[in-house]
Amino acid sequence: MNGIASPLAAYLMVAALLFAIGLAGALTRRNAILVLIGIELMLNAANLNFIAFWRYGPHPEALTGMMFAIFSIAVAAAEAAVGLGLIISIYRHTQTTDLDQIKGMKG
Amino acid sequence: MGVLFYLIAALTLAGGLAVLLLKNTVHCALAVTVAFAGLALFFLQLDAQFAGFAQILVYIGAVAILVVFAILVTRGSTTPVGQVFSESWLVGVAIAAGVFALFGWAVLESGRALPHESAAPAVTVRDIGNALVGRYVLPLEIVALLLTAATIGAVIVAMHEKEGSK
Repeated sequence: MNGIASPLAAYLMVAALLFAIGLAGALTRRNAILVLIGIELMLNAANLNFIAFWRYGPHPEALTGMMFAIFSIAVAAAEAAVGLGLIISIYRHTQTTDLDQIKGMKG
Repeated sequence: MGVLFYLIAALTLAGGLAVLLLKNTVHCALAVTVAFAGLALFFLQLDAQFAGFAQILVYIGAVAILVVFAILVTRGSTTPVGQVFSESWLVGVAIAAGVFALFGWAVLESGRALPHESAAPAVTVRDIGNALVGRYVLPLEIVALLLTAATIGAVIVAMHEKEGSK
């Protein structure tokens, strides 16, 4: 299996790649909504790590990683709601979601 | 670690890459839904059925719909005429590549120390429910409060301001 011996390592590599893609999206896109989507992808990559470590860890019956992932999903949903509300509010002021054009902080 | 893993990994990463590269914002929202679905399949494959279905309900059912609504409200559904990447995109890609190199190096270095294939954990939804109202009841209540506060906060922030109310 080309150097990756453990199934956990394969999941960790996928999560690392997804995190990097989300980070690149958050850092390079101009549209604020797509930046938020990039952050969601990064959170999801972290969730995949939690679940993979829970599955292959020594004590899966303790449910720690699973619980962390479930709470992380709930917090991410709250974050998405507030983030998109903020973007809509900013759009109402500036008529744009282009982050390179949003320069001032005065409302 | 069979063909299924590589298929799901390809689906998820293709969705993520499409979000990164596509021009049209609505296409990006659809691509991120594909990535979320791939992650839900990963969770199901990792014997975390509850987390997998929660992922489908919360991300595909709620977050993706919310993103599409936000795109429509901000009139981002038309393909942008100008540049879709920021002026400093090269720096962003370099940072992301550096982070991936670091993570990949860490995973490959610890490859032999990581545990091998183990039996599927016998965890039922009843166990998860008992844990949620037993050991994890305080975090559960905090998350309930957080979701309420976030819902009210999002509505207040996005609510239309009246003239002269500032």
